[in-house]
Amino acid sequence: MEREHISTAFDIELNELRQSILVMGGKVELMIANSVKSLVDRDTALAERTIAQDHEINAAEVSIDERCLELLALRQPAARDLRFITIALKIVTDLERMGDQCANIAKRTRELNEEPPLKPYIDIPRMAHWAEVMVKEALDAFVRGDSDLAVKVCKDDSFVDDLNIQIQRELLTYMIEDPATISRAMKLNYISKSLERIADHATNIAEMVIFMVKGKDIRHTIA
Amino acid sequence: MAQTLEQNGNAPILSVSNLNLHYGTAQALKGINLDMARHQVTAFIGPSGCGKSTLLRCFNRMNDLVESCRIDGSIRFNGDEVNETSTDVISLRRKIGMVFQQSNPFPKSIYENIVYGLRIAGVHDKATLDEAVERSLKSAAIWNEVKDRLNDSALGLSGGQAQRICIARAIAVNPEIILMDEPCSALDPISTLKIEELIEELKSKYTIVIVTHNMQQAARVSDVTAFFYLGELIEAGGTRKIFTNPEKKQTEDYITGRFG
Repeated sequence: MEREHISTAFDIELNELRQSILVMGGKVELMIANSVKSLVDRDTALAERTIAQDHEINAAEVSIDERCLELLALRQPAARDLRFITIALKIVTDLERMGDQCANIAKRTRELNEEPPLKPYIDIPRMAHWAEVMVKEALDAFVRGDSDLAVKVCKDDSFVDDLNIQIQRELLTYMIEDPATISRAMKLNYISKSLERIADHATNIAEMVIFMVKGKDIRHTIA
Repeated sequence: MAQTLEQNGNAPILSVSNLNLHYGTAQALKGINLDMARHQVTAFIGPSGCGKSTLLRCFNRMNDLVESCRIDGSIRFNGDEVNETSTDVISLRRKIGMVFQQSNPFPKSIYENIVYGLRIAGVHDKATLDEAVERSLKSAAIWNEVKDRLNDSALGLSGGQAQRICIARAIAVNPEIILMDEPCSALDPISTLKIEELIEELKSKYTIVIVTHNMQQAARVSDVTAFFYLGELIEAGGTRKIFTNPEKKQTEDYITGRFG
């Protein structure tokens, strides 16, 4: 069990920071699920709500950043507390970029829903599911300081990368066969790429968690 | 121009306006205007000789002991002028207690240290005194460490413990304000953190004004920070603001270690 600080106020502040990152992460997970659900269910109203939710994510980024700066200035954290707070600063940037990607997916969905569906969506929801799980596990790893779980997230990223390549290939065959599908296929391509980017951001978080727990920087070392 | 700080909608407990103080011909404080809010921790920071301790000592008329000291301007405690000749200084110092840089326990038992002020005030009932000792030592977060040796000499305590005994002694007479002049500068880092944690707990009952050379300490413990330089109050404001984005360049230079 983690020992408490002599300063209970500092413990409370660190817990609040942890909680606010979890809340922000929970919203991003929901945005991932909803952006792809709006595509599969052809639910434009849900797409609109997802686009609007990005503002909440942006606001959370600003307020968490501010809190981290205050903690750095007022508490002079050291060692793992220092790593925790500086990493919190970076995690919110990744979460905010995920929110942007979800809004992008929802915007393309809004356009796609104006036209008949190109094909049944099978792999995109699978990708979205994987990306969502990666985000959830990366944040669980962050909160629990679980470097094993973080390593798993890093490894799962290659699965999402493979799915993205597979989807792109498939869409290419549609476009070659019938140029009338190009506009829709490009939008689906874009959505697939966005999901792949979301998984990359989750991987960034997982790599930082490993640094936070072990004090060892593994970025750019896993093939 | 008075600097107005967060007051939680209450009148300030201490209000300083146009305060000038001279030691002989040297002016140590120049036109200070500052309000201090109830149940908040106000920290005074600034380089040596900036006047922060001098101002602290004005609040309970400790400067009366300095012969060449001359004060004009106003200090109001709960609205009453501190510097009036009619002010009962003994009662003032009971309401505005003080803790010094060097812990100064009396060469008596721990118990007698705590009840000293009460005995002088004429309290002799054993039950009342016992209750005050337990309450004060608990408030000062040292009860568990000393409860089994209350009759031992206070001089046998460690520096950090002795400082907490001094805080307990200040609390025993039910003050409204506790002034702390560099209370941790003679202590190790862990004892320092314990005192800081104590300050955080005490502010629900008391108002605290602390002078510190250690600006990180001001950042950790205070709600409001006032920065002094060469006898002037350069800037006062919420501690979060002062330590993340102060208004004045001089303040920024000092807290970032660029001068002072």
